Amino acid sequence: MVEPVLSLRNLSVEIPTRHGIVKPVDGVSYDIGAGEILGVVGESGAGKSMAGNAVIGLLNPPAHIAAGEIWLKGSRIDNLTGEAMRRLRGKEIGMVFQDPLTSLNPLLRIGDQLVETMLTHLDISQSDAEKRAVSALEEVGIPGAAERVNSYPHEFSGGMRQRVVIALALCAEPSLIIADEPTTALDVSVQAQIIALLRRLCRERGTAVMLITHDMGVIAEATDRMAVMYAGRLAELGPVRDVLSHPQHPYTHGLMASTPLASAGKSRLHQIPGAMPRLDSVPEGCAFNPRCPYTTEKCRQAPAPRPESTSAACWYPLAREKAS
Amino acid sequence: MLAFIIRRIGQSILVLLIVGLVAFSMFNFVGDPIDNMLGQERTAEDIERLRIQLGLDQPFPVQYFKFLQEAVQGNFGVSYRQGRPVAEILLERAPATLELAAVSGILAIIFGIALGVFTAIRRNGVLANIVMSASLIGVSLPTFLIGILLIYVFSVELGWLPSFGRGDVVDLGWWRTGFLTESGLKALILPSITLGLYQMTLIMRLVRSEMLEVLRQDYIRFARARGLKDRAVNFRHALKNTMVPVITVIGLQLGAIIAFAIITETVFQWPGVGLLFINAIQFVDIPVMAAYLMLISVMFVGINLAVDILYFFIDPRLRADRAGGH
Repeated sequence: MVEPVLSLRNLSVEIPTRHGIVKPVDGVSYDIGAGEILGVVGESGAGKSMAGNAVIGLLNPPAHIAAGEIWLKGSRIDNLTGEAMRRLRGKEIGMVFQDPLTSLNPLLRIGDQLVETMLTHLDISQSDAEKRAVSALEEVGIPGAAERVNSYPHEFSGGMRQRVVIALALCAEPSLIIADEPTTALDVSVQAQIIALLRRLCRERGTAVMLITHDMGVIAEATDRMAVMYAGRLAELGPVRDVLSHPQHPYTHGLMASTPLASAGKSRLHQIPGAMPRLDSVPEGCAFNPRCPYTTEKCRQAPAPRPESTSAACWYPLAREKAS
Repeated sequence: MLAFIIRRIGQSILVLLIVGLVAFSMFNFVGDPIDNMLGQERTAEDIERLRIQLGLDQPFPVQYFKFLQEAVQGNFGVSYRQGRPVAEILLERAPATLELAAVSGILAIIFGIALGVFTAIRRNGVLANIVMSASLIGVSLPTFLIGILLIYVFSVELGWLPSFGRGDVVDLGWWRTGFLTESGLKALILPSITLGLYQMTLIMRLVRSEMLEVLRQDYIRFARARGLKDRAVNFRHALKNTMVPVITVIGLQLGAIIAFAIITETVFQWPGVGLLFINAIQFVDIPVMAAYLMLISVMFVGINLAVDILYFFIDPRLRADRAGGH
């Protein structure tokens, strides 16, 4: 089997607070292979962004990695020092943020921001970097890249800015991109273009992508496999088609059932009773047990088994209706 | 850009006119210059004749108008006390004040920004917290007290530095400078610290809080996520954004340095325009007071105009908006 680009092994992130330690990420394991797009879904506070920040080493103190391992292309990176981690950022791991309006420095030309990033990581001359800045903008589909390279961020629309952000994240050719809600702040019509762009560039270059989102449409559209997170834990992991059409975890099932469908007409939308627990009061046993229709005594006492490559973290996974 | 500058100059002139009007309306309350100018053996006719001769019998708007008429021709009248043209006296005194203000301003800006950045980046460091606590002294102690304390320590107790005056000056023909002699430079140290300390701590605290705000922005996080070096993130990305609001305040503070030089000049008997003004008030020397106030207003307004123009070079968003934008 080919070695995965990114591999999380039982990763836990802890934040010490006045009311004790909370675990926004609790024992999460998954792999992402070269050229593969893994969709990470979950509600706000489920720990999906926190896991991404842990991978790129940008957890805001006092949050820190408490247990587990992160492997990037066969080397362990969770224990690297600040300076060694900085060299990896941008060079091996790129990141795309949610809001393109605020993620570009308003006072610097986008060309300068590209050149600066490339000169930090690549052994090339200033003039080579300038040429590559233009081609990087062309690649992300910015018309008139040769002139636009001298523009300031405010001279671009939101969708164009997100293209610039993607160019910046990819310009040193990292092997992993963490895209944290890259389309949430954009127009629906622009969202599809950005997703298609991200997908095309990563396929071409064999870049692994961790696509963090809460939009099931984006997941279905763009990703190969998906990981569903709930209260800091992995609820379900598997190929997108299987998980979407035959969810095994009751939470995933509930999520799918509460996605509005155009064909469903005006029938009442399904909802999962209750709300995700606060991180300082995650229940004993399976985190989902108070809201689950199938809860038994076992679910209240023993934490659910952790999913391996494809299964659900559940004592009683829903049966696949058909073998896939 | 040009239209903007012209508009700002128009506004500046209006501000100057209003400042002058307010100043003249107050001259009626500072005392009667005639008292000081004529000796004990004056007669009622002498007083009346001098009053008419100086134009003091007329209401203040008329006096003001006459002052303006003369002033635009470069004639600020004759000092009641010294009997010499005011313009000549001011030009003679201005270099002392400008040199003092320049040194204080540069000290305040350099140390203020450097310490502000330092305390922002090392927010939880021990040294940064010591600097922050010490800066409270600079913000809260009144200028004259700092001056007196410095004189006590460095002039009286240690005897290292002079406590008053400018030291030896070199006459360059139109400018008498204290920069070229050892005693002149030594004499500059205490007054410039006294004058600049408050501005320095103010700039420092402002830079710190603005920078902490900027460091929380998404583009700083994105710059870090691209693996840029700390130095590039802090100075290239964060400091430039920090400076946009800071420059406004620095501009205002530079004007304040020149204006507040009055107190420092009094404490150190510094022969500048501030000391001249204090003496003029005691003697009700209206032409000197009027010319001084106009000079200070021109400087204030000029510095602020320069600051506004500086924005264009720092912030590209303003350039676009003025050019018609989007």
